[in-house]
Amino acid sequence: MAQQREAAIVGIHEYPSRYDPDVSAIQIKAASIKAALDDAGLKWSDVDALYDAQDGEGGGGLGLAAYLGLKPTVLDTTQVGGSSYEFQAAHAMRDIAAGKCNVAVLSYGSKAATLRTPIGTGGATGGGSWQANMEAPYGQTLIANYAMVAHRHMHEFGTTSEQLAEISVATRYHAMRNPQAVQAMNDLQFVGVNEITIQDVLDSRIIADPLHLLECCMVSDGGGAVIIASADVARGTKKKPVWLIGSGEATSYRENGGDITTSAGAQSAPIAFAEAGVSPSEIDVAMIYDSFSITVAVMLEDLGFCKKGEVGEYISGGRMKFDQPGGPALNTDGGGLSSNHPGMRGIFLLLESARQLRGESTSQAANAKLAVAHGNGGLLGGTHTGGTVIMASD
Amino acid sequence: MSKRPMPKFFEPDTQAFWDATNDEQLVYQQCKACNEVVFTPRAHCTSCGSADLEQKTSKGDGTVYTYSVVRQNRNPAFADLGAYALAYIDLDEGFRMLSNVVGVANPQTDVKVGQRVKVKFEKQDEGEYLIPLFEPI
Repeated sequence: MAQQREAAIVGIHEYPSRYDPDVSAIQIKAASIKAALDDAGLKWSDVDALYDAQDGEGGGGLGLAAYLGLKPTVLDTTQVGGSSYEFQAAHAMRDIAAGKCNVAVLSYGSKAATLRTPIGTGGATGGGSWQANMEAPYGQTLIANYAMVAHRHMHEFGTTSEQLAEISVATRYHAMRNPQAVQAMNDLQFVGVNEITIQDVLDSRIIADPLHLLECCMVSDGGGAVIIASADVARGTKKKPVWLIGSGEATSYRENGGDITTSAGAQSAPIAFAEAGVSPSEIDVAMIYDSFSITVAVMLEDLGFCKKGEVGEYISGGRMKFDQPGGPALNTDGGGLSSNHPGMRGIFLLLESARQLRGESTSQAANAKLAVAHGNGGLLGGTHTGGTVIMASD
Repeated sequence: MSKRPMPKFFEPDTQAFWDATNDEQLVYQQCKACNEVVFTPRAHCTSCGSADLEQKTSKGDGTVYTYSVVRQNRNPAFADLGAYALAYIDLDEGFRMLSNVVGVANPQTDVKVGQRVKVKFEKQDEGEYLIPLFEPI
């Protein structure tokens, strides 16, 4: 299949604050949309398509357009947790290619830090559904679910905590070069806003065996917006377009006898790479949802950067750092671990991919031409979704 | 004894499972049309869509597929447990279930992937259902 260049990211904005008690989530969305349109040189009234993950007070499919004062011809309310924005980017590509719209807006706003939302350690409270009734009595926190994937990966492949810690180390290395991430860690009262070592990770307390605190993402306020436009519109925007050249979507869930060390990414990534007509070895920048270290480890395998079971060896020695050879630059904004995780990180994967392919990252990979963003929604060791988007520089 | 959250009803897929726990029976389903083992319980076969499912009783013997020891849970219902082992158990009849491994002195060292376990049913301080948990054999 020939690579298509019909839709491009033309405007981006990441809401700068990670702790902002004085705004609402829907205000973060609206302010980010305006800033991203300004970044593109497009007008408010140019927007003809809204993609929304049903976040933001009084927003969602019914409220967001009314709040913004827009009358889009495409309204897509795909909500698949942290991967929502990769799915939405895929849908925007399709809708633009089909001629349904020209200027698509994805936005996100969250107040998880202000509200002290216990995303990882809240545990299931409810019950009352086919799924919750079988899980509520057992105290499964979100972190513990991911930790179960880590234990199985360790059991099957000999992966170690020392190896997984490489992901936290590389991510913090990038975060310390990103002023927004440094501010975030200060505002959220991180202990030790500095580069970290493997030993630092191992010395941090265990939240759910085998995952340590420094293998877990932060809980921040925040948000942002992405403007995706048709090729015609992209030719007239202020910055170089970042082309969307391939996408894949998948879901996975606990199955009797199933293998939880393999994620939905193993299904979505080959679809995306085939559509893009590129291979993982050509990728310069990998923006992979780092809710936890193990999430990235599994995705590096499932995206095809190394074989299943070999990620421990692959990530050893720091090759994920932006200035090291031998692999793609990983999560160069500082990731969910050390820059921004308000609950659904998927939008930031697109934002930093675009920065890299424009040459604007604070940990800029040399001569970056191809990036992959892979979002994960839900529980890695249970029901989850994977969305893969491949992007190319102009 | 502890205060684990109870299943909530009306919920027609899981009612029979929880009714059976009060008789200390761990039940699962098998499709009469294609023999697929179905778990968690529901009204259709996940392999062929047939509604013709037979309820069967497990012997309650299984293997720890994976686990984690939860050190921090903000839900007060689990405060009394201390650190506890969350696990997927692969039952010998071919279904995988989320549960806890209990009856060990130290879950951080005494629970292992591949460990053989057996179901036990635990009464809670509050609530009408016995909760199926697993102990090392």
